[in-house]
Formats: sequence, structure tokens, C-alpha cells
Amino acid sequence: MKWLELLGVRTTKFIEEVGQVFLLFLQTIKWSLRPPLGFRNILKQMEEVGVRSIPVVLITAVSTGMVLALQSHTGFKRFNAESLVGTVVALSMTRELGPVLTALIVAGRAGAAMAAELGTMRVTEQIDALSTMAANPIKYLIVPRLLAGMLMLPILTIFSDAIGIAGGYFVAVQVLNVNPVVYLRRTTDFLEYDDIYGGLLKAFVFGIIIATVSCYKGFNTEGGAEGVGKATTGAVVLSSMLILISDYFLTAILF
Amino acid sequence: MGEPMIQLIDLYKSFGDNRVLQGVNLTIERGETMVIIGGSGSGKSVILKHIIGLMKPDRGKVIVVGQDLSTLRERALDELRKKFGMLFQYAALFDSLMVWENVGFSLRQQTHLNDREIKQAAIEKLSMVGLRGVEDRMPADLSGGMKKRVGLARAIAMEPEILLYDEPTTGLDPIMADAINELILEMKRRLQVTGAAITHDMTSAYKIADRIAMLYQGKIQAVGTPDEIKNSSNPIVHQFVTGSSIGPIKTV
Repeated sequence: MKWLELLGVRTTKFIEEVGQVFLLFLQTIKWSLRPPLGFRNILKQMEEVGVRSIPVVLITAVSTGMVLALQSHTGFKRFNAESLVGTVVALSMTRELGPVLTALIVAGRAGAAMAAELGTMRVTEQIDALSTMAANPIKYLIVPRLLAGMLMLPILTIFSDAIGIAGGYFVAVQVLNVNPVVYLRRTTDFLEYDDIYGGLLKAFVFGIIIATVSCYKGFNTEGGAEGVGKATTGAVVLSSMLILISDYFLTAILF
Repeated sequence: MGEPMIQLIDLYKSFGDNRVLQGVNLTIERGETMVIIGGSGSGKSVILKHIIGLMKPDRGKVIVVGQDLSTLRERALDELRKKFGMLFQYAALFDSLMVWENVGFSLRQQTHLNDREIKQAAIEKLSMVGLRGVEDRMPADLSGGMKKRVGLARAIAMEPEILLYDEPTTGLDPIMADAINELILEMKRRLQVTGAAITHDMTSAYKIADRIAMLYQGKIQAVGTPDEIKNSSNPIVHQFVTGSSIGPIKTV
């Protein structure tokens, strides 16, 4: 029964950690409502989370859209419904793959960087130094990162949706010779605004998850360089898990 | 002498099973420099972190200029912290900011000075610690001794009443260590600050201290002037200040 016990301990630890992350989120919201907001810091984080993630997000989106077209075309061809490829690509990208893949990539890129930076600041006492100078570390360090995550994830997702759909169109029309007019009509006819909004709302939640989890891991780093490494890995793993778990529930509630 | 600047009353603190502070009592008078000595891992840093409210005691009180830290809410604590400047062991400079931005950090947070004025003030503080022409460098480009000087300049930027030094000379060569000691003495002369330092460097302790307190096994074992400590008959103090591995202090 050792493994059952282990499973229990792991589960308790996971739930406890998620609770801590949520408490940190509430505290960060509280601090974000207290002026002044450091706009310089927010812009810097928006650049870090958003602008610098654009290339890798776009590459992922275009390849996903292209593969999606290629794969679904194979299936639909078997009952002569090739034009529905457009619908599948558009719905999959906006409702699901756009927000989720973007979030997973940003978690691996910007989330890891946040955890590593804050973790290093923790072990080198820079976070203590902030406190001693009467600058609240949550306000100074976490608030800008949370706001950047909330804002930039939906924006990146819009890019991702657009580029994914464009990639699908390119493959369907140029490679698989689907009629472009029919393809576009099938895309626009069945795609509703709610599909896009729902996806963006997901991205917004994922942005919160990435920023809060990564900052939480960074803030609670202990034990030098090794600790920073652990915090970084932990941040990516925990935010990815929470993204995937919350994705299911968001999908069930939203659509 | 009036009311004491800092009072630690029956302070207890544990981390898990590790009982670090077990009833620490210490009073630091206005204007004096108190040096707390003790071995590595004896809890010296923990005391310092209690004084500035970075840690909360399990039991006991920390009273700074008459205010009990444990009763203060966040904002009041931040207000009180403006009386403090702290020099960290490895300086803890913000490595994403330039030297002058580090020194002027509090000025930017708490005053309405513009960048030019902040930089001017930072350059002035840097010259007080003997640094010139480094304001536009990044902390990563500085040597250990220079980082500590910048850390000291940052600590005095808001003209604090209390300066805390976490192992100010550790990791420096003897000459640089002495230069830092001189700076600490000069800060006291010029700014009339109350100081609390922790160290295990006895040369430094004798030089900068008005009084020395020895921490061992979670308690203050002795307090006295450098001369009293130097000639103490307390076997624990005697062993520590003479740097002998033989005596009541266990090395394992």
C-alpha cells in the first residue's frame, strides 16, 4: 500500500500548492488595485511575455494549422467533404489549439524565465532588499507580471488563431487543391464570434495561471542555484498541468 | 540616553525542528553600534531579519523606537522601515537596474524627484562610499567590494536612523574589509546612525563595535564593550574570540 500512500501525499501536496497559488493571486489583485501602478515595469513585462513570444507562437500556430488541414483533409476526402477542412481548422484553432498551444509555449518560455528571475532574486536576497526599502515585492514584482500575462495571452492568441487559419488555408488551397472560395465560405459560415471570444477568455485565464504560478514558484525558491532550477521546472510543470485541467472545465462551461 | 532604539525581548524562532532562537534578549541604544557575533548557522542573520520585520518571531517581541513590530500592519511596518537601511551580505543589488538606479531606488519609490535629480543624489551617495564614475554600470560588472559599497550607498540613500549590516566584511580581502569598516565608522560619525551588525570577523567587530553581543545556542551569552569581550572569562566567548577549536563550542 506504499504507492497508495504516496499517491495520497502527492495529491494533498498538489491541492495545497494550488491553494497557495490562488491566495497569491488574490493578494496580487489586492495590490494591483492600489495606485500607483509602475507602468514602466508593466510595459517591460508585456514586452517580455508578449512581444518576445511572438516568433515562437507564430511558428507553432502556422505549423499546427497546416498539419490540421493535412490531417483532416485525409479524413474528409473519404466521404467527399474536403471543403469542411476550413471549418475544422477554424473551429479547432479558435476554440482550442490557439489558446492552449499559445499558453503552453508561453509557460515554457516566459513562465520559466519569470520563475528563474524571481527565484534568483529570492536566493540573492533581492526580494528581502525590496521589503527593507518599503517596496512591497508583490506590488513591485508580481503585479506587473500578472497584468502582462492577462493582457498578452489573449493578444498572442489572436495572432495564433489568424496565422493558424492562414496556414490551413495555404495547405488546403495550394497543396491539396481545395476550391478557395468554398474553403473560405466554409470557414466563415460556421465560425461564430462566440468561438473566438470563448478562446480568448480561455487565453485570459491561462495568462493568469502562467504568471501566478511562475511568480509563486520563484518567490518560494530556496537553496541556491539548484533551487532556482527546481523552481523553474516546477513552474512550467505546474502551469502546464493547470492549463490543461482548467481547459477541460472552461470548455465544458463556456461552449 | 532616553528610550532604547531596538529591544529584543525573549525572542523564539524555530524552522521545523531547528530551534534557532531560544529566548534572545538584547537592547541596542540610540547612536551605538552593536555587533552580534556567533558561529555560522547560529542564527545571527535571523536576528537581523527580525529587527527589520522580514521574519516574525514564534514568541517574544521586537520593539523598534517604541513600536512593537508584531502589532504593526503592513503600511505602518513600511513606514517604520523607512528609518532603516540594510547592507546585505552579498549586497543584494537589483541586477536588472544600473548602479545609480539601485542607489536611487527608494528615492524613485518614495519621492517625486525626477530621474536627473535621483541620479545626482545617487552620485553624491556613491562618492560618500568612495565610488566615482560607476553610476552607469550594471551590478554584474562590479567586484565584490564595490558591490558592497554600492549596497551601502543604497542603504544610506534615504538617510536612515538605523543601519543594519549583514556580515559586512565576509568574502572581502583584508584591505577591502578594513575599508568597509572605516566606512561603517564614518557613517556613524557623519549620519549619527544606530548600527547593528552581525559578523564572525573579530577584527571587524573590535573595530566598529561600541558593544558586542555573543550569540550561541539560541541565546545571547554575553554583552560588553570590545575590551570586555576580548578579556571575557566566559569560556564560550573566550573560545570564540580567540578562534580556538578546543572548548565548550562544539564544531560538529
